[in-house]
Amino acid sequence: MNTNQAEKSIGIVNPKTLGFDQPLLLDSGVTLESYDMCYETYGTLNQDKTNAILICHALSGDHHAAGYYDLKDKKPGWWDNCIGPGKPVDTNKFFVVCPNNLGGCGGSTGPLSHNPLSGRSYGPDFPIVTVRDWVESQARLADKLEIEVWAAVMGGSLGGMQALQWSIDYPKRVCHAIVIAAAPKLSTQNIAFNEISRQAIMADKDFHEGRYTEYSIVPSHGLKLARMIGHVTYLSDGGLHARFGRERLENNARFGFNVEFEIESYLRYQAESFVERFDANTYLLMTRSLDYFDPAQNNNNDLKLTLAQTSAKFLVISFSSDWRFAPSRSQEIVRALTDCEKDVTYSEIKSEFGHDSFLLPIPDYHRLLHAYLGKI
Amino acid sequence: MLIKNLRREHILVANWIKKGSRVLDLGCGDGSFLAALRTEKQVSGYGIEIDPANIEACIKNSVNVLQTNLDNGLHDFENDSFDYVVMSQTIQAINKPYEVIDEMLRIGKEVIVTFPNMGHWKCRLQFLMGKMPVTTHLPNTWYSTPNIHMCTVRDFNNLCGEKNIDIKSRTFLDTHHNQVIGMQLLPNLLAEIAIYRLNQPLDSQKSDSSFA
Repeated sequence: MNTNQAEKSIGIVNPKTLGFDQPLLLDSGVTLESYDMCYETYGTLNQDKTNAILICHALSGDHHAAGYYDLKDKKPGWWDNCIGPGKPVDTNKFFVVCPNNLGGCGGSTGPLSHNPLSGRSYGPDFPIVTVRDWVESQARLADKLEIEVWAAVMGGSLGGMQALQWSIDYPKRVCHAIVIAAAPKLSTQNIAFNEISRQAIMADKDFHEGRYTEYSIVPSHGLKLARMIGHVTYLSDGGLHARFGRERLENNARFGFNVEFEIESYLRYQAESFVERFDANTYLLMTRSLDYFDPAQNNNNDLKLTLAQTSAKFLVISFSSDWRFAPSRSQEIVRALTDCEKDVTYSEIKSEFGHDSFLLPIPDYHRLLHAYLGKI
Repeated sequence: MLIKNLRREHILVANWIKKGSRVLDLGCGDGSFLAALRTEKQVSGYGIEIDPANIEACIKNSVNVLQTNLDNGLHDFENDSFDYVVMSQTIQAINKPYEVIDEMLRIGKEVIVTFPNMGHWKCRLQFLMGKMPVTTHLPNTWYSTPNIHMCTVRDFNNLCGEKNIDIKSRTFLDTHHNQVIGMQLLPNLLAEIAIYRLNQPLDSQKSDSSFA
């Protein structure tokens, strides 16, 4: 981190871990007897405990949302541009909590963890957890942190789905739900992309039915491919073109299949660094959780009926060039909310960066968050 | 924000709105109209805006605002879902005013429309001089104006007639936002702003109440 970055950031942060012994019955019917939740907090909880914000992470995120672990870190947490002193999620005002989701690979119990029943790591035996299960585990974390009511629960993409689920499952514990670049359920096309990603991982010869850690290897080819597919779909055609165009590393074609275009080089670099920090079983699990998310399912597929039970105020945000979680999907949420006369504000932010926009410091977007959180 | 601090045209409209009603404000600007109605008349509802700066202002006024392009329609709202649908000086800037009025009448039990009157004598005078009108109320030149569907009081009356819309009442304001008697007699010549209260066409049958 350089001095400039340090000034604007929350600074050095430390992850914490809490153990939970109370068994957690999952949607799948499987019970997780005990588990750890790894999380970070920024800012200070006020005396009345009314200033807590829960940040829910997306598919490839974790609990390290802001700040640095070490002065030598090249990059801060994944949402550092949004969380910190004076930033939209202002840590001078709010107490921010960001947990790593169960089944993740950042420190909370997941496929890489030791399975007490088998004596080896869970690997593919780790049960598939759903968005509802995550909300339940986060609620228990809130209990331990003595946070009865969240001032806001917020997140983008899969994180936005968790915010929505929170408002449904714990209406009295959420004052504001900030649902960004999300959808009430995945589209067929989204499930299709997830399936292609999973196939890429599972077809890797190093996958070993998900027990690759026992062979001291990772299915890196498959995971890289999955990441590349994901990454391209999280950006937009226009955004990719603006950034890379048809630029080549060298002027002339080499008539082979090695890296020649800038975009190829970029994708390979992204994939390479992803494999270093992410677990293939977690990727499978998270994409499945996305596929399963459908809170209206138990209410006759009636989203209006499902959201009628909420009492939070909503801020729903979408991005114009996001084609994986298109604005029309956010509008489905908004329509259900307005149909049941809930408090909701909706904005479609102009952006050429596709689904990934929710992670970027787009001025209109951050001004909006700043204004909204400033009124809480 | 209090009603008395609103602009004159909004004060008039606010006086028509019943306590505790649900209001949809199309082109709600910074949301001050809805904020005042909420404070003094316990009104609920939403503002519709397209401009990001206004969205931010609405949020700061704690007004529920939905960023929607009116030209893309109001199909997300159910029939009769609001007691009032209000559109202040916005109709002249949308692509399909003819269709939007139908939509407003569909989702609102009562519709209130205000618009700048192109029939005002100052506009006519400038037309006579062979120019597109630029007045205090229509300050933009022809090449920079967002107003693409200007009309006169007579034009609007004709539209209501054509659509068989029930005009509940109407009133008119001058440059200083006063209601002068003469203006009520010769509105198309003397009024700068027209305010119409509309009800659904007498012969209308909304789809959910149709006996077909």
